[in-house]
Amino acid sequence: MVMATEEILSFEEALEKYDPVLGFEVHVELNTQTKMFSSAPNAFGDTPNTNVTPVDLGLPGVLPVVNRVAVESSIKIGLALGCKIAEKCYFARKNYFYPDTPKNFQTSQYDDPIAYDGSIDIELADGTVFTVEIERAHMEEDAGKLTHMGGSTGRIHGAEFSLVDYNRAGVPLVEIVTKPIVGAGARAPELAKAYVAAIREIVKNLGVSDAKMERGNVRCDANVSLKPKGQEKFGTRTETKNVNSLRAVEHAVRYEIQRHAAVLDSGTPITQETRHWHEDTRSTTSGRPKSDADDYRYFPEPDLVPIVTTEDWIERLRAELPEPPAERRKRLQQDWGYSDAEFRDVVNAGVMSSIEDTIAAGVKPAVARKWWMGEISRRAKVADVEPSELGVTPELIVELNSLIESGKINDKLSREVLDGVLAGEGTPTEVVEARGLAVVSDDGPLLEAIDAALAAQPDVADKIRGGKVQAVGAIVGGVMKATRGQADAGRVRELILQRLGVEG
Amino acid sequence: MTELIRLSAAALAQKLASREISAVEATQAHLDRIAHVDGGDDGVHAFLHVNTDEALAVAAGVDKARANSEELHALAGVPIAVKDLIVTKGQPTTAGSKILEGWHSPYDATVIRRLRAAGMPILGKTNLDEFAMGSSTEHSAYGPTRNPWDLDRIPGGSGGGSAAAVAAFEAPLALGTDTGGSIRQPGAVTGTVGVKPTYGGVSRYGAIAMASSLDQIGPVSRTVLDSALLHEVIGGHDPNDSTSLTDPLGALVEAARLGNVEGMRIGVIKELQGEGYQAGVLTRFQESLELLRGAGAEIVEVSCPNFEYALGAYYLIMPSEASSNLAKYDGVRFGLRVVPDGAPTIERVMGATRAAGFGDEVKRRIILGTYALSAGYYAAYYGSAQKVRTLIQRDFDNAFKQADVLISPTAPTTAFKLGEKLNDPLAMYLNDVATIPANMAGVPGLSLPGGLADEDGLPVGIQLLAPARQDARLYRVGAVLESLLEASWGGPLLDRAPALRPDVLGSNGAADRVETSTAGGTN
Repeated sequence: MVMATEEILSFEEALEKYDPVLGFEVHVELNTQTKMFSSAPNAFGDTPNTNVTPVDLGLPGVLPVVNRVAVESSIKIGLALGCKIAEKCYFARKNYFYPDTPKNFQTSQYDDPIAYDGSIDIELADGTVFTVEIERAHMEEDAGKLTHMGGSTGRIHGAEFSLVDYNRAGVPLVEIVTKPIVGAGARAPELAKAYVAAIREIVKNLGVSDAKMERGNVRCDANVSLKPKGQEKFGTRTETKNVNSLRAVEHAVRYEIQRHAAVLDSGTPITQETRHWHEDTRSTTSGRPKSDADDYRYFPEPDLVPIVTTEDWIERLRAELPEPPAERRKRLQQDWGYSDAEFRDVVNAGVMSSIEDTIAAGVKPAVARKWWMGEISRRAKVADVEPSELGVTPELIVELNSLIESGKINDKLSREVLDGVLAGEGTPTEVVEARGLAVVSDDGPLLEAIDAALAAQPDVADKIRGGKVQAVGAIVGGVMKATRGQADAGRVRELILQRLGVEG
Repeated sequence: MTELIRLSAAALAQKLASREISAVEATQAHLDRIAHVDGGDDGVHAFLHVNTDEALAVAAGVDKARANSEELHALAGVPIAVKDLIVTKGQPTTAGSKILEGWHSPYDATVIRRLRAAGMPILGKTNLDEFAMGSSTEHSAYGPTRNPWDLDRIPGGSGGGSAAAVAAFEAPLALGTDTGGSIRQPGAVTGTVGVKPTYGGVSRYGAIAMASSLDQIGPVSRTVLDSALLHEVIGGHDPNDSTSLTDPLGALVEAARLGNVEGMRIGVIKELQGEGYQAGVLTRFQESLELLRGAGAEIVEVSCPNFEYALGAYYLIMPSEASSNLAKYDGVRFGLRVVPDGAPTIERVMGATRAAGFGDEVKRRIILGTYALSAGYYAAYYGSAQKVRTLIQRDFDNAFKQADVLISPTAPTTAFKLGEKLNDPLAMYLNDVATIPANMAGVPGLSLPGGLADEDGLPVGIQLLAPARQDARLYRVGAVLESLLEASWGGPLLDRAPALRPDVLGSNGAADRVETSTAGGTN
């Protein structure tokens, strides 16, 4: 499947000769009501250039005002990453001309980020823990969105003109930068994915970001360099920009390791540059040369005053932090009694919180898991949405479950009831009545159906009489079909065996 | 109506309040004056845009409100001119640049909202050096403004339009902006009053930025009291400007009305006199010191040794910030867009737009600032300049331990001839040597007329400086000095200005004009 545009070495061979060094810059879009420096709504998917004020358009005379909530969210991220929080920090201007940047400078932080010197433990699937050191987390504003028109590729090359939407311009971002990550070896791609997943989970858990990678709420630039085994000095790195899914992060790191190895093997130095990730070919292509001396002419933003963080403020925010995701998972697995495999599946399906809520609403852990991992996950997959987005409430599951437990409906009917509820036909009980879905509990009609089923399959009936009780399923199936599923299968089985004079 | 345009804002406000005149009459009188003296080849050319309809409508609204006995602001109905660096809805805003020709702001600057709230009709937008970069208004893309005292001379800059409008009785009040002296130096050379408030004292929201850490909007007027009145309208905290102070402004009008210098220590800045200062400027300055001494002030000498480096540091910090602030003028979202022939990539459109839209002085400063911020040069230039800035602030701190206010000439010379320094940027920059330190330290400064220089009969400005947040002291001392000087002259200095277009104006000109060669002094 890999259609490399450049020579690559096999992953195994690359790892035999070289040690990979990783580094990540993850941009997290905060979910504040308004933008970083203006009162424009911070909203995704609206009509282009509607969520803008004169400030967001960089009109003459405007001035920025810092969003306090964004600062608090940034501090929370810093605390969750075990960072120190700066007592006083400044914004800086990063100057460069680009039409998605209305002022032709980005207001960011340079010398003194709001959070620095942290670390997080990243647990891989087999339980191995890597500690990733965090260099800094700083605040900045997002750029607008360019759409290149007229070209065949949608890229700027070959485009006739470009459209720009400033709705995203000024959306608050926190950029989280790691220190170089050494020692991951062959697990580097896996660690890369796990690291970005952990950041996404942390910011989502903090409630400071919607954390949807497909919407660009979390965006990853992955730095990779190789050094020959035994060498201390780092090699030249490349930065693969905007790798925007967890899987892509893993693949991109893997690909760059293989590509670097091939380049180094050929005796050529690595070009320090940005790389573009292509999901279709699962490969990267050369972007623009990037040197450490890129001249953005940073200087302190004179339109903003320094942010001074008091101890009281930080402690209040620290007290507001939710339980860290890793600890929470440990606690929930223990409480629910799920096996490691069961729990991992639940986490991967993204239904842990839904299950937690559903259990809290009054069903047993096994029942909650059955619903969320079964029927609801299936429907989510069909609809291509997250299970939590289907509109299934914990209360709905509790009611469905109690209808089943009381014998009013069975599992099969419960799915139909769910259809009705989701179609807006009312509560489960109302749907049962309106659609006439109650389990047939009157033995009269059942017996008629049983007789008919036995008559239709006389050979099966004989087998059962002869003691092959397991063959009863075929008759049960016939009865269920005849009653359109509205029978209690257990009762049907009982009646069949009774009819045939066989001991269940 | 002639008497009407010569009234101070305070006097005009009184006549409006007593219904002796209407706001429409007052506004129309100034509009007529603008029509009479501003246009044509030898006009003052203070205005880039005259806002006739809206000004009259606002005035009519004030008159109606007054007729209904509604509560009105003290300056309601007093018209005002606005430097065209401040954005206004309903009128173009050009910043004196071709790059903004025809641009209309969709929002009002905070100071404009406050003028509107006070019911002050806006007469129009006044000329300036492009993006406020200059000391003569000759760098305006729309032609220079002329000094009403001598139409062949510069009115100062960058706010030459606002100062000339007030000096030529086209407006009783105006708004200016002051980054290195752009309110005070034009005030000095036109015989008017100009105030740069404490940094953060007046919201910058809506003032087109040159150098954000230095820019400040302030009042332009013919009397100290008028500036205090206007300062109280426009000043005070604004949540849209993060650098805006939250402290109360202080009783500025009260300070101007009480005016008392007895027992005050007034510090003469040793470094802001002597070499480079015109003899006539220094003579008038010494006379002002004597008057203050006579009124009971203690005159002390203070030394600010680092002021020597202020100009150099200013010409690194200001262009550095300007290079970034002016990056937004790229033809993408607003203003001029030049599409070059051939394949117009965005880089080429931006380049062509900026090449065509900016004048030479603007380009000079952008290049200088870009260089000063560049990797490898930042520490030596921008970094060192910031250190000088700290030293200047310390000089002020020390000086204000010895004196309650400081005093100096506002500008080293009187108004020079149009074109005289246009091709010598360094000579032009030296005009601001005495005004720049206040911007570097964020302290307030006021310039008031100190008389006419003996050698050329042109106005000399006296600058007062106070500690940050102590703007009231400027008004208190300024009002005293103003009344002493006017008593010595037998009336306001502007009474001695030549009548503009007397052939048309006839007896409407200044009646008591004296020969400029003998004007000034306390004789």
